[in-house]
Amino acid sequence: MTRGIRLFGPWALLALLMLGLPTLFDSSFALTVLSLMGVFIIFSCAYNMLLGQGGLLSFGHAVYFGIAGYCTIHLINAVEDEAIWFPLTLLPLIGGLVGLVLGVLIGFVSTRRAGTTFAMISLGFGELFTAMTLVLLTFFNGEDGVQGNRVYEPRPLGISFGPEIEVYYLIAIWTFIATAAMYALTRTPFGRVSNAVRDNPERLEFIGYSTHRVRWLAFALSSFFAGLAGALHAINYEHVGFETVGVQTSGLVLFMTYIGGIGSFLGPIVGAVLISYLNASLSDLTEAWFLYLGLVFVLTVMFAPAGLAGLITMHEPLMRVDRSLLRRLALPYLAAIATTLLIAAGAIGLIEMVYHLTSDLAFDSKTTVFWIELDTEAPWPWIGFAVLLGAGLLAARRTYPQVSRIWDATVAEARARLLG
Amino acid sequence: MSALLKLSGLRKNFGPTEIIRGVDLEIEDGERHAIIGPNGAGKSTLFHLISGRYDVTAGHIHLREREITNRAPYEINRMGLARSFQVTNIFPKMTVFENILVGVLWEMGARYAFWRFVSRDKAVQARTAEILERTGMADRRDVPAGLLSYADQRALEIAITLGSNPDLIMLDEPTAGMSRSETQYAVDLIRDVSEQKTLIMVEHDMGVVFDLADRISVLVYGEVIATDTPARIRANQAVQEAYLGTMED
Repeated sequence: MTRGIRLFGPWALLALLMLGLPTLFDSSFALTVLSLMGVFIIFSCAYNMLLGQGGLLSFGHAVYFGIAGYCTIHLINAVEDEAIWFPLTLLPLIGGLVGLVLGVLIGFVSTRRAGTTFAMISLGFGELFTAMTLVLLTFFNGEDGVQGNRVYEPRPLGISFGPEIEVYYLIAIWTFIATAAMYALTRTPFGRVSNAVRDNPERLEFIGYSTHRVRWLAFALSSFFAGLAGALHAINYEHVGFETVGVQTSGLVLFMTYIGGIGSFLGPIVGAVLISYLNASLSDLTEAWFLYLGLVFVLTVMFAPAGLAGLITMHEPLMRVDRSLLRRLALPYLAAIATTLLIAAGAIGLIEMVYHLTSDLAFDSKTTVFWIELDTEAPWPWIGFAVLLGAGLLAARRTYPQVSRIWDATVAEARARLLG
Repeated sequence: MSALLKLSGLRKNFGPTEIIRGVDLEIEDGERHAIIGPNGAGKSTLFHLISGRYDVTAGHIHLREREITNRAPYEINRMGLARSFQVTNIFPKMTVFENILVGVLWEMGARYAFWRFVSRDKAVQARTAEILERTGMADRRDVPAGLLSYADQRALEIAITLGSNPDLIMLDEPTAGMSRSETQYAVDLIRDVSEQKTLIMVEHDMGVVFDLADRISVLVYGEVIATDTPARIRANQAVQEAYLGTMED
């Protein structure tokens, strides 16, 4: 019974969330963001099949996402022209097949070696396909990309997929199916062997497995799900542009997956949700959004390589020993979070003002930072943010070491209690 | 008895340096065979040639009459040869159980299957549990392998090797770096798991060698200078000279 709850509980919760979210947030913007989250949850989980599960770092996984998107939009247009007919609800499967075929072909070559070689080849294919979008105009239509109209006859149960809410539910259902399938994959012989090739490829060769085959299969399956996500992306926007194939999208999925955490299945989902949201809400608010994203990525790599999910799961052993141990960490954590916010506020203020000063789009020296209108030519805003930043950095010299000291002491005590 | 493994005229050069200089050796079905020799004699290289990690420069290797020269390691493994490594070579982030399970998967026919759950495969689960029990690691079943003690990691190394149910087990210095009591435990384990099988091992500890081996080959500068029973090897003049008395350690 408890085992069933532990296994199916999270999935039931996910299903409930997906069903209920549009009633809580029903603005057009919210629906767009929720749809985007679904697409990128699938894409990040697919990406983590390579990075987290199989130990393959790709810089060009958007190829399978983007090309599947182009094929989907062409198919939609073909249906529109009544050349063929195919139900919109099953188009993601076609996208997946496109990803799979490409993944099988390209993966055969690129997965012969892992590590740097694989990363380089993935980057090369990414650039190759980006270049193709600007050359093969009949298929890719250059920088304009390809448009489509997802509303076509017949309408099953009166669902036309015109309104955003209907597309959201289509994406939600596919997100549920795809993540459940990818989770199931981690529990199969393939999943185990995939972890083994990540941990120690040499040893795996001596217990009967071709590391090339294992990586190739992981790559092909990952490309299938990337293609599925790409098809949903095309349906959602009714447009596919060259940037969906390129290094920017490849980088985005890498950032989402890594910042969320590659060590657990939940990590990429957390990353996709968080960064999709920030991407949609902040990119209109600030020109420096990608700078912040890059900074967060670098800080994650340096200080929290297990990602956000890792930061949470590292407390699980403490929870199991004694819940009250966590209380000791609460105050140091609050202090560290407060100083981090102070540093962030100061740094963001300074960056925003620099961006405003150097921007060609600015009419005058006035800009709005944190809902306050400031004059970038006056000294006071600069001094104010510099003081915030300085105070934060000074405080951090006390609060950060305190966190690690109390953390170490707590872990030591938990271990002593466990063994003693 | 027939030869399970046959090496003929085996040579290996690294650039101009000859490491293995014409080795002829027959390992018989069911025997425990130790390969000894001074440092740099080429013992580990010989293991790498047989198991497919290195390509040979010249010569042939036959496993049960089938040529395995320069085949890929995974192909050789599927023909019934499994080996351990001198430097511990396990899957550090996976649990002890998963480590052994991965070793079992191919032999049990699971291959690259991605359409069924590992936990539902009763045969794989049973075989993994059996090896776990047999190698005395049942109480550390869910510990990540990277956190095990050194001696336990060596035992796990052997456990992974057993997974594919090989006819021929090759162990490269299984007791290196172990304390006396750990060594005794390892010897008992090796004797137990090589029952009804063929064993080749490289070993520096002469106590272990004379305790376990039915026959011993002495490798010196890439050549086998003697192959015989432990008693006759101990008395052999050439071996005495090559080792300069270190055999009595």
